[in-house]
Amino acid sequence: MLILSRKINEKIMIGDEISVTIIEIRGDQVKIGVEAPKSVKVFRQEVFEAIQNENRAAATSQLNLEGLSGIVLS
Amino acid sequence: MLIETKAMGSVEIVEKQIIHVAQGFYGFEDYSGFALIDAPQKPFILIQCIEKKDLAFLAIDPFLFRTDYEIDIEDSVLSSLGIDSAADVVVLALVTVPTDGGPVTANLQGPLVINRKNNEAFQAILTDPRWRTKHDIVAESAARKASQC
Repeated sequence: MLILSRKINEKIMIGDEISVTIIEIRGDQVKIGVEAPKSVKVFRQEVFEAIQNENRAAATSQLNLEGLSGIVLS
Repeated sequence: MLIETKAMGSVEIVEKQIIHVAQGFYGFEDYSGFALIDAPQKPFILIQCIEKKDLAFLAIDPFLFRTDYEIDIEDSVLSSLGIDSAADVVVLALVTVPTDGGPVTANLQGPLVINRKNNEAFQAILTDPRWRTKHDIVAESAARKASQC
């Protein structure tokens, strides 16, 4: 892991195409600007983890399909 | 062709039921071949991995219970899937049926987006805070209905 310090408005480059800018620091929050090619997915880590966790929950679903018969969409 | 499914035994499927999720589902990146099979319990759909019998998801057309659902995906992402018209797109929400008998929920934050012309698909992650990983299908369907009366 690379650990470094940056001031406001300074950037770090990740490869040639991805830059991360420190936009604002207020208390314990940091506002960050990420510029990356569209092909690179950028998400908050907790969002990514939430989707992974939900996929795992979905995959271990109760697949007793008969139980779904009771579900009627109004 | 005949495939083994997790929930429905052996099922005969045809080529056009097979979708290719090149990057896989998050957490299951190793698997890309899935068959879409209508469950006998409509409107649910089984997304059965054709490489691994034990990997299957249930899914539902999210617009069936949330008529206000919308997804906004970068055009460049869509075009990488070969999608150039909204008419090419099929959206499915993965369904979780809790083992403890809790409400059946659909994941509207991470929908599966399918190009119906070439059956290429990917799991999107939406940033709109309205769409979460657990939406109670029955409750929201009923609430929607009530609000329209």
